Amino acid sequence: MGKTFQKPEALTDVHTHYCPGCTHGVIHRLVGEVIDELGIRGRTVGIAPVGCAVLAYNYFSCDFQEAAHGRAPAMATGIKRVRPDLMVFTYQGDGDLASIGMGEIIHAANRGEKFTAIFVNNAVYGMTGGQMAPTTMPGQRTTTSPLGRNTEETGMPIRVAELLSSLATEGYITRQTVIKPKFINRTKKALKKAFTYQMEGRCFSLVEVVSTCPTNWGMTPLDAIKWTEETLLPYFPLGDFKTPEEAEAVSANA
Amino acid sequence: MAKVLMKGNEAIGEAAIRAGCLNYFAYPITPQSEVAEYLARRMPEVNGVFLQGESEVAVGYMLFGAAGAGERVFTTSSSPGVSLMSEAISYIAGAQCPAVFVNIIRGGPGLGGILPSQGDYFQSVKGGGHGDYRMLVMAPASVQEAVEMVMTAFPLAEKYRNPVMILGDGLIGQMMEPVEFPEHLRSEPSKKDDWATNGMDTRKSATRNLVKSLYLDPEALNNHNLLLKSKYDRMKQEEVRYESYNAEGEYQALIVSYGTMSRVCRTAIDHLKEEGIEVGMIRPQTVFPFPEKAIHEAASKENCRVVLSIEMSMGQMVEDVERAVMGKRPVKWYGKCGGEVPTPEEIIEVVKEHL
Amino acid sequence: MPTYKHEIQADRCKGCGLCVDVCPKNVLEISGEVNTKGYFPVYQARPEDCISCAICCIMCPDVAITLSEIKAEAEAKA
Repeated sequence: MGKTFQKPEALTDVHTHYCPGCTHGVIHRLVGEVIDELGIRGRTVGIAPVGCAVLAYNYFSCDFQEAAHGRAPAMATGIKRVRPDLMVFTYQGDGDLASIGMGEIIHAANRGEKFTAIFVNNAVYGMTGGQMAPTTMPGQRTTTSPLGRNTEETGMPIRVAELLSSLATEGYITRQTVIKPKFINRTKKALKKAFTYQMEGRCFSLVEVVSTCPTNWGMTPLDAIKWTEETLLPYFPLGDFKTPEEAEAVSANA
Repeated sequence: MAKVLMKGNEAIGEAAIRAGCLNYFAYPITPQSEVAEYLARRMPEVNGVFLQGESEVAVGYMLFGAAGAGERVFTTSSSPGVSLMSEAISYIAGAQCPAVFVNIIRGGPGLGGILPSQGDYFQSVKGGGHGDYRMLVMAPASVQEAVEMVMTAFPLAEKYRNPVMILGDGLIGQMMEPVEFPEHLRSEPSKKDDWATNGMDTRKSATRNLVKSLYLDPEALNNHNLLLKSKYDRMKQEEVRYESYNAEGEYQALIVSYGTMSRVCRTAIDHLKEEGIEVGMIRPQTVFPFPEKAIHEAASKENCRVVLSIEMSMGQMVEDVERAVMGKRPVKWYGKCGGEVPTPEEIIEVVKEHL
Repeated sequence: MPTYKHEIQADRCKGCGLCVDVCPKNVLEISGEVNTKGYFPVYQARPEDCISCAICCIMCPDVAITLSEIKAEAEAKA
């Protein structure tokens, strides 16, 4: 009984700059494992966002580009259109994707661009020091909602997976989390499914991953895991919101 | 090579294909939407990529992604659209990727108007985006010249690994003129394996490539800017291009004018000549790098008493003309904007006024 | 039956404690010695209880824990 466990080849040896207990690192490892297992490192191009993961290119050993804030889906579109044979993934936080970059992600999904978007939702702007994000919870204190997010003035947190799955264009849209091993394993399956759809040239894929931000939530890593479970997951339910097979079933019955 | 009567916007689209660029991303905006309409039909015929993005912001980054992956790529837009792309242009310059932009200028500021103008001189020549980057900027005065400038823009962008801008105006885009697409201006894309993210397998390499512009270490960023500056200095050495008109002999006034505005000035110069008033003209074909030396020498001629910067704007190139003349002669601006194009008669009056 | 070597790269660990929480056999604890980065890394307090299930490896955000198989013959020679 027992298993081996090694760092995936697609990850470099560089120590990450992420805070202790920040689950960005887990997501990076899962992406690395999927790239290794699908044997695609030689033709993969990752796109780093502006946010905590801006330095993601230091942690992956495949070709990488660094996008302007919110624009990774447009850059991925550019690459896939001129080099459809390349495997492209974007890696973005909630400020990057759901605030400044909302236009880009909606239209990339709606055009059905064949890349894989990895969307890390931790309900706050991390790198810039904990400001309110589109996914910040009602009443959640951040440096720009010091008295707690007032949804009268700033609206409700945006559920990106549901929003994107309402588009008529075929795609794979799922929400996962990495706060516990069982969820981590499911996230890996979802990522592998997303990259496989891309390998088949099948459809756009987005994996939203509910993640922790101990530092900017002002919690210990373990409390952050607990808060995610008690507060975030009820509002951001997990599961596949859309799959291309489903679309096929619907059209078959139409 | 038979000449074909073509609308400027369409000729610009065809020129890119003939140059060897088969990837076009764009967003509609008057007065240059015909480029996209033309290429929407034409690119599929040559197995090229045509994509209309959701905004000029997105289009700028589609260009950046594609260029970063090592493919030739271009876009066309107009003034407000180019404003939206200027962040991407700064990133493309910072990450040292080749890409070609065409601005068919319209009246500004703000929504402005849809008629021709030269009000984006500062935006392109002085860098519309953030940071110390520059762009090689060429200003065509005819549809044929626009074709040739577009075709040469691709190897130039690759030579400098920098964005190149074609600065047209609504007239260049909208008028029809006979054009040909010189075969010798077609070029093979340069080798990009040493920097492009074109896939490790593609270049049979075990080391990955990285296209980025972030340098958190101040010394590294300063050195990076020195590297970029060395390219811009080299442009100043090797890429200055201008045309002179009636400027070989002596003249009492020197006009500096570019693009379609310079054609109106030619007519004025011809009429003044008939009245015995000699006026010379320097027409910058590149507005960055600016032909400072040529203008300085032309202004310093014995009988030349005044230099006139004539532009379809409220006076932008005039600042560069003043810099070039260095006080040797008085430098005056004359121009109109909003889509109004000064007439030869007006220019004749202005010249006489200053003599 | 192969056995596994459980390794913690102390200098990669940031002492976040997530692995300590998820270990089904309560093997791990935060150590008292600080690592090169100023964090207190985790260590196997009760290695004999470890069942090489890799759950700690799966939870670790910094890929600081690895499990490698110890070849049976090597063991026989030792």
